[in-house]
Amino acid sequence: MLEFINVTKIYKDKYTAVKNIDLKIDKSSFSFIVGKSGAGKTTLIKLLIKEINPTEGKIFFDGEDITELSSRKIPIHRRKIGVVFQDFRLLNKKTVYENIAFAMEMVGQPEKIIRREVPTVLSMVGLSDKANNFPNELAGGEQQRIAIARAVVNKPELVIADEPTGNLDPETSYEIMKIFSEINRRGTTLLMVTHDRAIVDTMKKRVIELKNGKIIRDTEEGDYYNVF
Amino acid sequence: MSSKIIKHTFKQGFEGIYRNKTMSLASIGSVAAVLVILGLILMIILNINAISLSTKEKFDEIYVYLEDDISNSRIREIGEEINAIDGTIAVVFQSKEYALEKMKDEWGEDGKLLEGLSQNPLPNTYVIQLKEVSYANAVIKQIEEKDGIEEVKYYKEVVEKLISMADFIQYFGIVVIIVLLLVSVFIIQNTIKITVASRKTEIELMQYIGASNGFVRGPFLFEGITLGTLGALLAIIIVLNGYDYLVAFANEKFFTMLSVYLIPARMIAVDIFIIFVTIGIGIGMLGSVVSLKKFLSV
Repeated sequence: MLEFINVTKIYKDKYTAVKNIDLKIDKSSFSFIVGKSGAGKTTLIKLLIKEINPTEGKIFFDGEDITELSSRKIPIHRRKIGVVFQDFRLLNKKTVYENIAFAMEMVGQPEKIIRREVPTVLSMVGLSDKANNFPNELAGGEQQRIAIARAVVNKPELVIADEPTGNLDPETSYEIMKIFSEINRRGTTLLMVTHDRAIVDTMKKRVIELKNGKIIRDTEEGDYYNVF
Repeated sequence: MSSKIIKHTFKQGFEGIYRNKTMSLASIGSVAAVLVILGLILMIILNINAISLSTKEKFDEIYVYLEDDISNSRIREIGEEINAIDGTIAVVFQSKEYALEKMKDEWGEDGKLLEGLSQNPLPNTYVIQLKEVSYANAVIKQIEEKDGIEEVKYYKEVVEKLISMADFIQYFGIVVIIVLLLVSVFIIQNTIKITVASRKTEIELMQYIGASNGFVRGPFLFEGITLGTLGALLAIIIVLNGYDYLVAFANEKFFTMLSVYLIPARMIAVDIFIIFVTIGIGIGMLGSVVSLKKFLSV
């Protein structure tokens, strides 16, 4: 469903973030992207959601070359992707319910569907009893669950998680990973950028390792570190 | 556009204005200031044009003022001599008494003031109609050479001077206005920037979620347009009331003659309204668009 073909991104200051990336992600798969800071992980995500354009190469999503998308079509493309951030990015003046409803309102969903869907995703992430709380009143793990619920409520084909457990303790991280596994099990493609060695090693999923903007390893059922 | 988008746009737009009141007021004030100055320049140009127009009938008439101490026969002689000059088609004599009566009429109520004069200060005059305007210079030159002539007045020159003055004010005014317009676009742009910054997380989220461009940008455009329109309305109130006051002041303190030529405020109210609101909306939109282009990068 997703393919990078010889993608290179050189920023304005001549800094090469990613170089000659060839990458194929299958539908309903679960992949980790690992690598040190500055390896090019964030650039890869930005390219995917078309926040930036590659200097060279093509990126296909659902058979469509997104590097050619007009600015009017970018929102349509982004609706197919749900993003979960390390810092949650919740709106603190809105309740848990409103935070999730916000994502549906922004894409013009009718009120009726919002009232039906928000409780469904809340129960999936286990926050049904916290719908009327404000994010600040909740623990980090719970806040991340709101963010996950918000990312999946519009039923995206792909969920990108950028260090989703970066701010959480191991136990909470484990809970969060269970939610991601469930989302993936229901057919949503998952792409997770992480530094969390324990998680990668436990999940036994595909691991793509970046270094200096290049893919240096791509193994099915891999570990965080190359064991060879 | 669905009612949902409209509601969202209005709500967020007004919220943006309300949340940073100081900058909003500064924006409204700067738009108003620019438009008041524009109004001032516009009024000057319009009035000069009006004065030029109402004096147009005197365009092809030359006024020859005669010296006071010449004899009646000399006056008649001058009349005949002027008649003989090539290019004149009619020469009418206006005695100084007639001129005074005419002035009393023109001044209306204030005409009584002239009755207190011990001596008639106005000269005997010949009013010359020209065959064509092109004869003017030659005719004037020949008349000026004669004895007993105090002054030759040709109003075309006055009108031309007025028009060239209006031109100058126009050019100067355009430069001033362009500079001021840029300043107010800059101020609005900064106001919008503050709103964008204060809602940065929300806006970025909206963009990541895939809200349409209109949905993201609408509220800011609306905010800019509202600020521009409010500034325009403020300027309209200031300019029309101020101008009304000036016309009244001129009526009271200066020659009634002058105020006859001034355009009354109600005659230009609609034009001022349309021009100001259009420019206000334009400044507001431009400020928003520049700001959005600069600060909405995702």
